[in-house]
Amino acid sequence: MSSPVEPPRRVTVTSPRTSAVRRPPGRSALRALDEQDLVGELLVRSLVRAQLTLALRMLAVLSVLLGGLPLLFALAPVTRDLQLFGLPLPWLALAVLVYPALLLGGGVYLRLAERHERDFTELVERS
Amino acid sequence: MSDAALPLVAVALVVSATIGIGVYGLRLARTTSDFLVASRTVSPLWNASAIGGEYLSAASFLGVAGLVMAYGADALWYPVGFVAGYFVLLLLVAAPLRRSGAYTVPDFAEVRLGSRGLRRLCAVAAVAIGMLYLVPQLHGAGLALRATTGAPVQVGAVLVAVVVTINVAGGGMRSATFVQAFQYWLKLTALAVPAVFLLLAWQGDGRPQLAGPAEPVFAETTTVSVDSAVRFVVDDPVDVIVDGRPRTLPAGAQELRQGSTVVFPAGSAVPHVEGLEPSRGSAWVRPLSGAGGVEHPLYATYALVLATFLGTMGLPHVLVRFYTNPDGRAARRTTLVVIALLGAFYLLPALYGALGRLYVPELLLTGRTDAVVLSLPVAALGGTAGPLLQALLVAGAFAAFLSTSSGLLVTTAGVLVQDLLPAGRAEGRLRGSVRGFQLATVAVGVVALVVALAAAALPVTQVVGLAFAVAASTFCPLLVLGIWWRGLTAAGATAGLLAGGGLSSLAVGITLSGAVDGGWGQALLAQPAAWTVPTAFLVMVVGSLVTRTTVPADVGRTMLALHAPDALGLPAVPTARRP
Repeated sequence: MSSPVEPPRRVTVTSPRTSAVRRPPGRSALRALDEQDLVGELLVRSLVRAQLTLALRMLAVLSVLLGGLPLLFALAPVTRDLQLFGLPLPWLALAVLVYPALLLGGGVYLRLAERHERDFTELVERS
Repeated sequence: MSDAALPLVAVALVVSATIGIGVYGLRLARTTSDFLVASRTVSPLWNASAIGGEYLSAASFLGVAGLVMAYGADALWYPVGFVAGYFVLLLLVAAPLRRSGAYTVPDFAEVRLGSRGLRRLCAVAAVAIGMLYLVPQLHGAGLALRATTGAPVQVGAVLVAVVVTINVAGGGMRSATFVQAFQYWLKLTALAVPAVFLLLAWQGDGRPQLAGPAEPVFAETTTVSVDSAVRFVVDDPVDVIVDGRPRTLPAGAQELRQGSTVVFPAGSAVPHVEGLEPSRGSAWVRPLSGAGGVEHPLYATYALVLATFLGTMGLPHVLVRFYTNPDGRAARRTTLVVIALLGAFYLLPALYGALGRLYVPELLLTGRTDAVVLSLPVAALGGTAGPLLQALLVAGAFAAFLSTSSGLLVTTAGVLVQDLLPAGRAEGRLRGSVRGFQLATVAVGVVALVVALAAAALPVTQVVGLAFAVAASTFCPLLVLGIWWRGLTAAGATAGLLAGGGLSSLAVGITLSGAVDGGWGQALLAQPAAWTVPTAFLVMVVGSLVTRTTVPADVGRTMLALHAPDALGLPAVPTARRP
C-alpha cells in the first residue's frame, strides 16, 4: 500500500512508438461516429464509398476477364479451338486457370479492403 | 451380391462417422445458442472447411461431371460459378453481413430495415430456396445407391433423410460444424485419389483421344442394364441382343422397358437418351457449340453465370456459416480460404466428365450421366482397384449428400423456428426453443423426403441451378442494396423480393413441369436469372425511390455498424437479434 512510486525510467525518443499499446480511440471522432452527427455521417459515407469503389473495381475486372470469355468465344470463334500446353484454350481457362486467378483476385481485394479499414481506424483514432 | 457389398460398407462407414462426430458434438451442446450457431468459437480453417463441406453437394460431387460429359465445355461454367459466387460474396457481402450480427437473411432484413413483415417474407423465401436445394440432394442419394448397389431408388433417399434429421435434431450446429469440416476433406480425398488412378489407366491405354472427331462409340462389347424405362434415339440401325434375343434396332426413337438388358457390339455408335443430342468430340470440346442440344448457348451461359455468381450469397446454408466468424475481418479471411478449398476441389470433376465419354458412354443412352463419377473406376480399371475406388467415391458422394442436407436442414429448420412458428409467452412456447428446433427439423426432413420420393426424375445439378437462380433474384438484391445503399426502404425491398421471387419461382415451376419445349421460351425459363435478377434490382430501387420518405431514420447508424472496422470496437447494430 505504501510501496514507493518509482520515478519513470528515462528513455531516448528516436522515433514514434508505433509498437506501443494503442491508446483508446480519440474522443471527438469516435463520438461523432457514435452520434452520427454531420462529421460522423461524412466519415461513414467516405468509408462506404471507398469500399464500394474497390468492390466495384474488382467486379469490373471479374466481368471483363471472366465474364468476357463467352463473348470472346462468340465473337472470335478461332479462340474456341486454340490449343495451349496440349489443352484447348477454353478448357485451360475454365477448368484450370480460373481457380488460382479467383484466389489471387480475392487476396488482392482482401489486402486493399483491410488497408482502407486501417486508414479509417487511424483517421478516427488520431483525431 | 458381393458387387454391392463394398459400396454398402462405404456408406455404412460414412454414416457412422457422421453420427459419431455428431454425438461427440452433442456432448458440447448446451443451450439454444450453442445449439444453433456453435457459440461462434469455430476457428477460420475449421470454418472454411465446414463451409466447403456444406457447400459441395451432390450437384458438385456427381452432377458437374455428368453435365460436362453430356454438354461439354459450356458445363464448365457450373463449377466456375460455384466458386466465383464466393468471390462476389467476398467483395460485396462477407464483412458487412457478419458485422450486422445477422444469422440469416430474415435477420438481416429486420436489422437493416426494421420490418417484421419483410422478415416474414424473407423467411418464406429462405425456406423455399432451402427446399429446392434439399430435394435434389435426397434424390441424388437414391440414384447413387441404385447405380452402385442396385438398391431401389427410395432406399438412398430415406437413408440420408433419416440420418440427417436425427443428427441435426440431436446435435444442432455445433456438431454440424465438425461433421461438415470432416466431410470437405473426405470429399476432396474421395475425388482426388481415384482421379490419379483413372489418369494412369488412361495413360496405360495409350492416351486415347478424349475429343476425337467422332460421336461416342462403345469401345468394346457393352451390356447396358436399364433400371428404369428409357426412350432413346438410334441414328443408324444396329444389331443388338435384347434380353438374350438378337434384334435389330431400327433408326428412330426406341423404348426399353425397366429391367431389360441390351448388348451393343464393339464399335457401334452410342444412342442417346431422348432430349440429349449426340455430339462429336470436336463440338463437345468447343464452347457455345450447343453440344448435347442446348439452344441459345450464349444466353444460357450468361444466365448461368449471373445465377451462380450472384446466387451463392443468397443460399441460406451459406450465410449461416458467416455468423460463426468472430468478426467482419475474420469473415473475409474465411471466405478467401473457402475460395482456395473449393478451387482445389473443382479441378477434378471435369476430368471425370471427359473420361466418362470414353469409358462409360452407355450413360448417354440411359441418361444417367450423374452416375459417371461412380461408374468410371469399375469401367476403366476393373480388377480389384476399380471396386475399391468406387467404394471410396460412394463414401465421398454420401458425405456430400449428408453434409449439404444437414446444412440445409439446420438453416431451414432454424428459419422456421425463429420466424414462422407461432410465438407465445407461455413456458412451453416453440419459437426459438430447442424443442421447437427439433420439431421443425423433423417437419422439414419429412416434407423434403416426400417430395424427393414423389419426383420421378430430377437432373440434380439443374435443379440446384434453379435454387441459385431464385436466390440470386431475391436475396442478392436485398443484401447488396441493403449493405451499400442508404436509400433502400422496406416497401421497396418487399416489392423487389416479390417480383424477383415470383418470376423466378414461376420459371422454375414451368421448367420442372416440362410444359414449354424448345426455342427461346425454354431457354428463358430454364435459365431465368438473366431477366429475373435485373428485374428484382430495378423494382427494388424504383420502389425505394418512390417510398423514400420511409428510409429508416437510423440508417446512418446501421451503415456505421456494417462498415466500421472491427478494430474500432464500436457497438454492434442495436436491434441485432441474437439467437
